[in-house]
Amino acid sequence: MSDFEYANAPESKAIANIAPNYGLFIGGKFVDPKKGKSFSTINPATEELLSKVGYGDKSDIDAAVRSARAAYTKIWSKMPAKERGKYLYRIARIMQERAREFAVVETLDNGKPIRESRDTDIPLAAAHFFYHAGWADKLEYAGFGSKPKPLGVVGQIIPWNFPLLMLAWKIAPALAAGNTVVLKPAETTPLTALLFAEVCQQAGLPDGVVNIVTGDGITGAALVNHPDINKVAFTGSTEVGKAIARSISATKKSATLELGGKAANLVFEDAAIDEAVEGIINGIFFNQGHVCCAGSRLIIQENVADEVLEKLKKRMSLIRVGDPMDKNTDLGAINSKEQLNKIEEISKTGDAEGANRWSPDVKLPTKGFWYPPTIFTGVTQSHRIAREEIFGPVLSVLTFRTPSEAIEKANNTMYGLSAGIWSDKGAKVLWAAKQLKAGVIWSNTFNKFDPASPFGGYKESGWGREGGRHGLAGYLASEAKVNK
Amino acid sequence: MSSLDVNKTYKLFIGGAFPRSESGRVYEIKGANKKFLANPALASRKDLRDAVVAAKSAQSGWANATAFNRGQILYRIAEIMQGRSEQFVEEICALEGITTKAAKLQVVEAIDTWVWYSGWCDKLSSVSGSQNQVSGPFYNFTTPEALGVIALFAEGKPSLLGAVRTLAPALAGGNSAILIASESFPLPAITLGEVIATSDVPGGVVNILTGKTSELLPWIGSHMEIDGVDVAGLNKKQEDEIKLVGADNLKRISRFAPGNHPERILSFMEHKTIWHPIGI
Amino acid sequence: MVNIARTELDRIGGKSLPVAAVATAFPSGRASLAVKKIDTQDAIDAGANEIDMVIDRGAFLSGRIYDVFEEIRVIKEICGKKAHLKVILETGELVTYDNVRKASYLAMIAGADFIKTSTGKVAPAATAPVVLVMLEAVRDYFTLTGEKIGVKPAGGIRTTKDAIKQLVLVKETAGEQWLTPELFRIGASALLNDLLMQRMKLRTGHYASANYVTVD
Repeated sequence: MSDFEYANAPESKAIANIAPNYGLFIGGKFVDPKKGKSFSTINPATEELLSKVGYGDKSDIDAAVRSARAAYTKIWSKMPAKERGKYLYRIARIMQERAREFAVVETLDNGKPIRESRDTDIPLAAAHFFYHAGWADKLEYAGFGSKPKPLGVVGQIIPWNFPLLMLAWKIAPALAAGNTVVLKPAETTPLTALLFAEVCQQAGLPDGVVNIVTGDGITGAALVNHPDINKVAFTGSTEVGKAIARSISATKKSATLELGGKAANLVFEDAAIDEAVEGIINGIFFNQGHVCCAGSRLIIQENVADEVLEKLKKRMSLIRVGDPMDKNTDLGAINSKEQLNKIEEISKTGDAEGANRWSPDVKLPTKGFWYPPTIFTGVTQSHRIAREEIFGPVLSVLTFRTPSEAIEKANNTMYGLSAGIWSDKGAKVLWAAKQLKAGVIWSNTFNKFDPASPFGGYKESGWGREGGRHGLAGYLASEAKVNK
Repeated sequence: MSSLDVNKTYKLFIGGAFPRSESGRVYEIKGANKKFLANPALASRKDLRDAVVAAKSAQSGWANATAFNRGQILYRIAEIMQGRSEQFVEEICALEGITTKAAKLQVVEAIDTWVWYSGWCDKLSSVSGSQNQVSGPFYNFTTPEALGVIALFAEGKPSLLGAVRTLAPALAGGNSAILIASESFPLPAITLGEVIATSDVPGGVVNILTGKTSELLPWIGSHMEIDGVDVAGLNKKQEDEIKLVGADNLKRISRFAPGNHPERILSFMEHKTIWHPIGI
Repeated sequence: MVNIARTELDRIGGKSLPVAAVATAFPSGRASLAVKKIDTQDAIDAGANEIDMVIDRGAFLSGRIYDVFEEIRVIKEICGKKAHLKVILETGELVTYDNVRKASYLAMIAGADFIKTSTGKVAPAATAPVVLVMLEAVRDYFTLTGEKIGVKPAGGIRTTKDAIKQLVLVKETAGEQWLTPELFRIGASALLNDLLMQRMKLRTGHYASANYVTVD
């Protein structure tokens, strides 16, 4: 027992005005789902009910797509580009004004620490709108031809790990390029999307330009398969991504997919070790490891492995797990019982297949869904915990002797989303960056995102990029390609 | 009696060599005048398998060569093709039944296509890369990289140009290629292989198969080592089929309008974004 | 000044309070080693229990690492068992974190009992990143040798909030064992007044004014 215990630093819930029910946001208004069904969303840290939101089925999706199509044809495609941009600027500014409210709602609905919602998710989301607002009337300079055209109506499906941020990654570029959207938020995290709908109303966005239909996988499938959308944008698991690719194979729809990952975080002998340890921690425990680009495979050069692991374990003992609404919390709740089960199932194979599990002593809350920060050492390439995406705070640790071996192990996966390199030697960093088959490479840093920086994966981590000039390509008609 | 022509046996082009199909099969090609022209190889799935092995093994060396080097090699292809213009003109006329004038225009356009893509090799990251202004002390840049092994279904007509305009852009981006010649108009594609073989192109970077599209299609669609497909020579039904099966490893599948465009190169490339902190 | 301080403290009942004195041509350190040795001996003879020396930054930055090491070793020898040795790195002049880390190790290997950031005459002084680097060095030195060396950030810590941040850094880096004056002290003057003002707010519930706290 020490003299220097930290006091609780609770963020107040008062600012979050969560309504007991929400309808679907179609044609600029909140409307009841046609069949009148709704479903609950809970706080995963406490299992308390937050709200009941509308369940959108095929007919609701149809209404939303019709609304988006009408808005596209009659209003949005005719609007001068700079006016389009100004709507996006308004949205960005209102998001910044209501930032604290968004952060609190996001933490309550998702389970992530309030520090993350406040300092990462919400500012980045607003920044995405601000960045793309600026592109709206400059598309002819973006390198896609002198008169680039939008695609029309896009159907967008987002995951639960960064609800508002993923919404921003989807809607901002789509609108900037001149498309209208129907977006389906994740089943367990609908609330910030519905708050965003209010922002659209406050910004005076023309009705039907953005439509938000809450629901589940069936709702999503209805959107993917709707005949009158021109494109699908999806972020989620590789398995579902492939299913979507198959669904649209005989259609004229294009798609961008942001799928899974099993990123290698390489620590070379000449890394700045303390910095690398912070980077490893951030890489796998940020957002409870619910990150497609998480550094979930730590590959350490053998001659510094002991030192790194010792420091890593000491640092892990300082991770504060608990109430996401406490500003001191580092690791929040697992988003759902379903996800917790998945994490437990795959982690158990780590024990079964002979890896060595270690977690610091943490007292987990009794209600809600929780998992302690965990590492497995003695992991080999063939272990399931080295190959499959766990999507939780579980790190698999392997070692290497030569740089070529590091690259070989890092690339030996069907994923290719991101990778980390820790070394103080410039030429080595650039060499490793060149060899690694990953769309995002963080050298001597990790988990950095920016609206100007294109994000996306090689191989089965997906198709296309989001963010930056390159991210616009997914929302503009191609000059050279034809859809039969 | 004038001297008898020594007719060419049209074999496959795999790994820099010209083997027959391992199946021993051939099929008959008649000219526009309905007379026998040749018995090109009827490639089997095992030939395809071997072609992919060759393409995979050659790809990283090709991608790691300097862009300047790749550009010079693509230009060399144009040089060698120029020298063989008459051979191509004759072959195209016999096969397609078009006039010598039209065939000459096709050959010229094919040569110019190699020249055009040759000039792109070392300009791709200037045009498609970027240094991104992130809001933090980081150096952040995006650069295009080769995708890997690309399968190309060449159009039937124009029989030479159709093959060239899919092959050149795939190579310019640092990929290796398996060109599936048009089933009905395959011959110039094999002669193209002869040009490739004498142009300093490393073995395995280009592989050319002739045969039945419908037989090879499912094997190409499902091959987990093929990363991208150009479906120019496929009809809609075949395209849909390959997109369905290709989803298993998320193949990047495209169909392009005729004509040259850097997007034909970039569609078979991947963009990589790299971050590094700035500070002392 | 050391004799005056010692005499006064003894007079008002502060016999157990140690006196720290600067030496070695503080703050610039630009004098010969002979002068620095006499300076140190003088202070100890006058009653100093702790000596604050400055490292030779010119020597450090021009690569004469052994000279820096040797000077610390010699001063430590003079201190002997009579006085603790605080080695001031003057991190503002070292500039890079790599240099701070290197100088920290050098000082510890040469015999420092405490490593200190600054003389107070150069900014930037005890920034959080600099203190973090020094705490990491101290932590690693402990892992390697079992010896605990103290850290003193000095300069630029003006508010109670700053001070609390430093304490958190200590707890999370070197560990709770360092949260004692034997191993961690903050060098500050304006801080005391802010601390008193914060105390007043806690007691009375409203914001205090500097007018109600004396400057000495």
